[in-house]
Amino acid sequence: MDLIDTFFNGRVLWDSLPLLLMGLGTTLSLGILSIVLGLVGGLVLALLRLYGPPALSGLWVLYIDLFRAIPILVLLVIVYYALPFVGIRLSPFASATTALSLVSAAYSAEILRAGIQAIPRGQFEASQALGLSYWSMMGDIVLPQAVRIVIPPMTSNCINVMKDTALASVVAMPDLLKQATQAQALAANPTPLIGAAALYVLLLLPMVRAVGTLEKHFAKERR
Amino acid sequence: MQINDMQAGKAGRAASARPAARPIIAIRDLRKMYGSFCALSGINLDVAEGEVVVLLGPSGSGKSTLIRCINLLETYDSGTVTVDDVAVRPGPNLAAVRSEVGMVFQSFNLFPHMTVLRNVALAPIRVRKLAPKAAEERAMELLTRVGIAEQAGKFPGQLSGGQQQRVAIARALAMEPKILLFDEPTSALDPEMVGEVLDVMQSLARTGVTMVVVTHEMGFARRVADRVIFMERGQIVEEAKPEAFFSAPKEERARAFLQAVLNH
Ligand SMILES: Nc1ncnc2c1ncn2[C@@H]1O[C@H](COP(=O)(O)OP(=O)(O)O)[C@@H](O)[C@H]1O
Ligand SMILES: [Mg+2]
Repeated sequence: MDLIDTFFNGRVLWDSLPLLLMGLGTTLSLGILSIVLGLVGGLVLALLRLYGPPALSGLWVLYIDLFRAIPILVLLVIVYYALPFVGIRLSPFASATTALSLVSAAYSAEILRAGIQAIPRGQFEASQALGLSYWSMMGDIVLPQAVRIVIPPMTSNCINVMKDTALASVVAMPDLLKQATQAQALAANPTPLIGAAALYVLLLLPMVRAVGTLEKHFAKERR
Repeated sequence: MQINDMQAGKAGRAASARPAARPIIAIRDLRKMYGSFCALSGINLDVAEGEVVVLLGPSGSGKSTLIRCINLLETYDSGTVTVDDVAVRPGPNLAAVRSEVGMVFQSFNLFPHMTVLRNVALAPIRVRKLAPKAAEERAMELLTRVGIAEQAGKFPGQLSGGQQQRVAIARALAMEPKILLFDEPTSALDPEMVGEVLDVMQSLARTGVTMVVVTHEMGFARRVADRVIFMERGQIVEEAKPEAFFSAPKEERARAFLQAVLNH
């Protein structure tokens, strides 16, 4: 009974719920904003890398590799604690969004590049032979097909971004984890931490499940 | 359509194997290297408006490379290609030139994520700025013409190879091109479907559209071509009217090729 009172204390959980839900809201806005910015950045990077001026392609590769290599926590700390020394002072939310988007863009770019390159050459040739413009070829023919291929890995990437939002608590951002630790200190009871863990799982489990389902679905479609 | 005019024109042309009229395709001294391998070594070729030219030759002789240079799907090292008096060059005019040159590929290359109807209607909507409704009506007409109107709502993956290739022909026709290029359009088909595609091509030839066809279907070449061109090792070895070519090829290499193809 002691164990239940310590980790699954109903009263403590109830009291901390408003704090936890506020934290969840922050986590969601940070995660969603970073995912969207990362997608847009990743698409631009992928197109630049594939079809941009060849002289600059090394630059995009360098960006993509660098931001996939650097630990997000290190990047976040640099953005929040180091950039102020050169006069760039970002709020915790902006710092976290910046770090997460920069990294997510690098991963998204790789996923999109692989997806675009998986489209057979004949699709490009048929589009060109019809006289379609570059934008129509990409928008009507290539990207819609690439999207099918990249949805499962993209969803995985979104899951990672959502998870990595928890790192933002180290720069004092009031996200779900930060609120939970605060509630824990307040109540002198770890139940809010368990509550936060449950909320993370509730949020991410459907996405994790979706990846598997989508992979199976697209595998069937491609037969 | 103006089928009668066209047939009259065809009869007029038949008097000489060489086109007399202004060429709609003019290829001059075309050279193409793959590394140190010479895929095209100085091709000169004129194709007259309304003419049906069949390219023959052994595998690897440069037929695909040549036909793909006409709409610049393949770049080349030197020489010029002119379509309807416009030089085919990279640049802002390229898409416009390409929209006048339809192409049918060996592997169909239909857009798998779109219905058959959408496949045919898309380019007129995007390039010719046709209203979607008008483009779809016209697409339906073309699908009727190639005999697959009832498949309009299906996806390409649900069709047989022969049906897919007929959709591909309708897609090319939707742009009302002056020229149609065919690169072995029946080579990927099961034998029982070859006929339905060749029939569509033969009826197209009668409408007066200019056609350049790479094929190994000798019967089609003999029946439909105005002129047969035999290629080997990146060169045009022999050009003749089909009757002359098939009954008495002048070149030894053409004779050997015909023997090999007809006896297989
Ligand atoms: N991308 C390529 N790289 C190197 N060699 C090529 C390439 N494409 C074609 N070739 C070569 O060029 C020659 C002509 O090819 P192609 O025009 O496809 O011949 P055909 O259509 O008459 O069979 C062949 O010998 C082929 O091996
Ligand atoms: Mg070929």
